[in-house]
Parts: sequence; C-alpha cells; structure tokens
Amino acid sequence: MTMNVIEASGLGKRYGSARALRECTLAIPAGHVAALVGPNGAGKTTLLNLAVGLAEPTAGAVTVLGGLPAGSPAALDGIAFVAQDTPVYKNLSAADMLHLTANLNRRFDRRYAKERLGELGIPLNRKAGKLSGGQQAQLALTVALARLPRLLVLDEPMAMLDPLARHDFMATVLTAAADDGVSVVLSSHVLAELERVADYLILLSRGRVQVAGEVDGLLATHRMLTGPAAEADRYTERPVVHARRAEAQAHLLVRASADDPVPPGWEAHPVGLEELAMAYLREPGAAALPGPARGWALPPETGEPSEVTR
Amino acid sequence: MVIDKGDSTQADTSGASPASAGGGTPGGGPRGPGSPIEFRLDATSGVPTYLQLVQQVEHALRLGYLKPGDQLPKVRDVVAWLAINPNTVLKAYKELEIKGLAAGRPGQGTFVQATLSQVALPELAGLQKSLLGWLTAADAAGLDQDGIVALFTSALRDFHERRGGAGDRRGAASAETEGVA
Repeated sequence: MTMNVIEASGLGKRYGSARALRECTLAIPAGHVAALVGPNGAGKTTLLNLAVGLAEPTAGAVTVLGGLPAGSPAALDGIAFVAQDTPVYKNLSAADMLHLTANLNRRFDRRYAKERLGELGIPLNRKAGKLSGGQQAQLALTVALARLPRLLVLDEPMAMLDPLARHDFMATVLTAAADDGVSVVLSSHVLAELERVADYLILLSRGRVQVAGEVDGLLATHRMLTGPAAEADRYTERPVVHARRAEAQAHLLVRASADDPVPPGWEAHPVGLEELAMAYLREPGAAALPGPARGWALPPETGEPSEVTR
Repeated sequence: MVIDKGDSTQADTSGASPASAGGGTPGGGPRGPGSPIEFRLDATSGVPTYLQLVQQVEHALRLGYLKPGDQLPKVRDVVAWLAINPNTVLKAYKELEIKGLAAGRPGQGTFVQATLSQVALPELAGLQKSLLGWLTAADAAGLDQDGIVALFTSALRDFHERRGGAGDRRGAASAETEGVA
C-alpha cells in the first residue's frame, strides 16, 4: 500500500457564514504530481491551507504524510509550501533568504540551494525584490526544495509567470519529483498546462471534491460520443456526464471505456484532461470518485440550482 | 495504474541521493551526454505524451538514429528538458520494454535492445503496394487528401484501441539479447 500524502475526511471550513469547503473526503497517494483544479472560489486555497496547517478546520480532519496531523511538528518538517504569488522577502538578498531559512529549519541543504541558484543565474547578493517574477518564483521554490521535503505543496504557482518561466519552474518541480521522489500537490485553474505535468487529478467545485483519481484511469474510463442529436436522449448504456447538442449533432461525454459498445451511428473518441475536467465543471451534480461507496453520480445534497460554475 | 517507482527504468535516477547530490541540469540546462536522440513534444497533435515518446523512439529506430546498445535519454533529463511528469517517461520506457525494443539496466538507464529498421523492409514494399491500391479506391470514391488522412487516422486509432495499446507487436521487433547486467 502506498502512503497518502494528504488524507481528508469530512473536512470543512467556514469563514463566518461562508462555507469555503465542505464534506471534503479524499486521499492523495504518494508518488504523484497531483493537480487540484477548480474555478475561482472552489476552495483550492482553503484545502491547501488546511493541509499545511495554516488554517484550522471547522469540521472533519486532515492528515498528511501517512497519518500525521496537519500542522504538527512532524508534518511541518516533511512539507514545503509555496503560497500564491511565490512570496519572497523583497528587501532580503537571495543569500540572506538562504541564511534565514537555514536557521529556521531543522533540515536545510545550503549546497543544493546555492547550486540551483547558480544554475538559474540568480545572483546571491541581489535583493529579492529586484529579481524578475520568474526568478522570485524560482527562489521561493529553491528555498522550499532545499528543506528536502517529502511533500511539496504549491498554490497557483504559475499564475504570475510568463511561458518560459512556467516551463523552467515546472522543470525544477518535476526534476525534484524524479530525483528524490518528492510528492507534489499543486493547485491551478489553468487546465491546459497541467496535461503534461499532473498524473493525479482532484477537481474541486463549490467547496466539494467532484472528481479524484489517476489521470490515466480517468481518461481510460471516459469517452466522447458524437452522433445524431435526435438519438442523444436514447443513449442510456453508460452514464452521461455532460451533453452538448446542436440541431443535428450531439456530443456526449460518457463514463465508458474503449471496450464499451458504441451505438450504431455514433463515433467514440478518447478525451483529454481538459475536456474531461470542463465537462465535470459544467455539471456540478456529476462526480467521479474512487471507492465503491462513493461511485458514480452523487446527487446534489442541497436544493441549490446546478448552475454552470464558469 | 501507478508505475512502480522501483522499476528498472527508474534505475538511472535511483543513484542520486536527495537534492544535495547536485550537479543536475534542471530547467533546461546543458544537455546530458549519453543518448543520440532528444525528445520533443507536439502539444497540438492530440497524441498522449507518453505515446509521443514511444513513437519518437520507434521513428529513430526505423531511421537508424538509434541502434541496439544506444542509451535512451535519462528519465530526469527528459523531465528537465520537457517539464513533463516523470511517470510519463517511465510509462513510455515501460511500453518500449514490453515491445521488446528497450531494456533497463539497473543503475545505468534504459538501452535500446532491438531494431526496427531491417525487419519490416521486405514486407514494407508489399504493404505500400496494397496501400496504394486502397488510396486509388479512396480517391475514386471522391475523398480528398484531408479526408483520407482523417479516415486513416480514425481507423488506426480504432485498431490500436481494440488491440489494447501495447502487448503484441507481431514480428515488429527483432530482439537482440545484450549483455545485460
């Protein structure tokens, strides 16, 4: 059995009367680059803040790294977190940042940090505030990785970066995953760029987990069926997640594998990660979650209208 | 499916101790020595990333860029160059192993074990001939070039899916057993 790097059960967080997260139950296994995806306000940051111990849940519980209570000293020791906008101390030089972080942490690999910054061409004596956005992000990431974490948590790491800086930033993250087996959980609302990066997907919608699973498994169990719109309603063989129809033609995203029969007159195509996620985001009532108890199509528990969320 | 991290294809990264090992070239630094080829990705092709890697190795084998005994790019180098998930590279190399085209050597990396270039050549001419016959029929039926490509691509995809992807590449690879450690 692989360990779970984040495990939540019935997790909830209220800010006053606003419920940022509710009844969130999930288990993210180690050894993945897991993408936490959802529209703005879905609860991504809240979930990550609870997992790294920056916030206290108002319901349920969350553990990390195989059962350690979130926020406990042992948990903090094994997790590195880079918050939104990859914050650095603007008035400190990169060297000062390394010195400070080294003294604040039990474990810190100064040699790795200096070598990384050297490779990236980031001058140690320059104030962090004077570095480019990409360099600031790399500095924050280097400081995080030099702590030799087992779990790296990144909240919207690429939002502020240009395409080249995104590529280099993710290359650093993924190299750490390849070299040292660091598990990664990162949030994003940019689906397209996750396709190559993530091999585990958690889709969060309106404070709930809607889809969770390995990307390969999710893609293998979903197909896009294209056929005559008039027959779309008659398709009942497999659950339909989302239907788009024009006058003549309809596209049905269905939960079916390549082995499932395709009705005569219909064409089946494999789906991509972005297409799949979009279909679920447009159908907040649909769910694809692991485990027999929480299978296909959870009925919405509230009477709220299932409006399109984006 | 989780790819077993302990698999031999991972071997080329297992020697590295935590980040302190250093000397790496992440973020698109200078290219590492070792492999005659380097991967690229086509974001618009719609072909899954791992399959693009598999196809590029096969292509390189057909064209002779890669020969038995050559090393495939190391997993961590591919990850650093392309910023892709390490499991994707492992999956591609695993697929190449299943096809009998490559083999992992513990602690060293993944190496080409078979060639695709000579094997199919005699058959190739015959296949091309029958394909030309089919193309003539498609042309006569009124299909233009794009239509033919679309039809062929769709048929090929269906064919592969029915086959279940990997597995049985009948007579495609001529295995040459190497002195594997």
